[in-house]
Amino acid sequence: MPHDHPHEHLSPSGHPYRPDQDGPLTAAQALEIAVRELLIEKGVLTAREIADAIARMDARSPAAGARVVARAWTDPAFKARLLADASAAAREMGCDIDALRLIAVENDETTHNVVVCTLCSCYPRNLLGLPPDWYKQRAYRSRVVAEPRKVLAEFGLELPAHVRIRVHDSTADMRYFVLPARPAGTEGWDEERLAALVTRDCMIGVAVPQAPK
Amino acid sequence: MTDAPESSLDPVLRQWHDMGGLPAGPVDPAEHDYALWEKRVDALMVLTTGKGLFTVDGLRRVLEDMGEESFAAMTYYERWIHAVNRNLIEAGAYTTEELARKLAEVRARGEDYGACSLDRGDG
Amino acid sequence: MAERVRVRAWAPPGLHVRTPWYLRGRVGEIERELGLFANPEQLAYGLPARRLRLYRVRFTMAELWGPRAERPDDVLEAEIFEHWLEPLDDAS
Repeated sequence: MPHDHPHEHLSPSGHPYRPDQDGPLTAAQALEIAVRELLIEKGVLTAREIADAIARMDARSPAAGARVVARAWTDPAFKARLLADASAAAREMGCDIDALRLIAVENDETTHNVVVCTLCSCYPRNLLGLPPDWYKQRAYRSRVVAEPRKVLAEFGLELPAHVRIRVHDSTADMRYFVLPARPAGTEGWDEERLAALVTRDCMIGVAVPQAPK
Repeated sequence: MTDAPESSLDPVLRQWHDMGGLPAGPVDPAEHDYALWEKRVDALMVLTTGKGLFTVDGLRRVLEDMGEESFAAMTYYERWIHAVNRNLIEAGAYTTEELARKLAEVRARGEDYGACSLDRGDG
Repeated sequence: MAERVRVRAWAPPGLHVRTPWYLRGRVGEIERELGLFANPEQLAYGLPARRLRLYRVRFTMAELWGPRAERPDDVLEAEIFEHWLEPLDDAS
């Protein structure tokens, strides 16, 4: 790809691609090609399986989580099932959950939840897609367990003094997502309109859905 | 921030990846979308662990053993492909000789990823 | 398992474990039991893995960070395997 126009380095979602993908072959890229071809030649994997896995990954996005949240906001019985067994409730809505063990943690008037993985970068990818870069980096992983209020403030979220924070460190087999509180002023909205308020960051817990103006 | 109060453990035994509570700078909100080769690394990991060749814990063990220098010097999926490869070698999926031969073959194809990765419909 | 538990203050040299350093030696309470899961300390090395009980344990920030806590009554929850937990006698 020519390097003469900066916008050509942005993806459809407006984020830059890694700068090395159109440069000279890197050691890691060579290794990826070699491992992939060896596995295909040995009969461990097929090219089709790899393509299908990527298609499944591409199909996962925070929109799935947002639909689940909007359903929980409008259907108390569904919300009860979600809090009891989030994997089963998400599957009920047709989400591609696989064997993922999902726990929904609920924000309310007095509690705010935020999710991290200090040891690596465990993330509810089946529900939210792949994690943002900052979720995998040192600053967030190190600090959010010790100074969550400072970290949330860096994301622009200042919590009222009476709200207690629950930080969830994903240390083993569970994956967490936040069920945010439904904003005031959305009475009578349908699920689709509600889902549009629920961003990825709301479900990680570094933001809250914004009430309509 | 340093260790928690009255920690009785010798800090020299703390591993680099176990970073909860350590001092660090501000969160960098920049994001990027994944390139095809990165998605393929992810797919290789998901598929080979799904077939029981190794586990996500095996991946993490190698990532941890690669050390803090690799965390600073390599991107996420660069580290992953090294860890996937090592687990597959350990599992006997292919040999180091086969890997060396294949790497030389890949590099001989051209200068960049597009030229070196034969399109077989795998993503 | 007791309601109150202490995470073992233990540092296995160079081994793969899933119990964060900042929780070791800290006292928390069981938030819920999650069931049986294969021991990651064996899975990491390709060994046959024993299935162990996994718990969610809740800690106060005061317990974890002492006077440096941002807010003493904020909490942190993490999953800890049974062999890392010591039951505590609850005096109350």
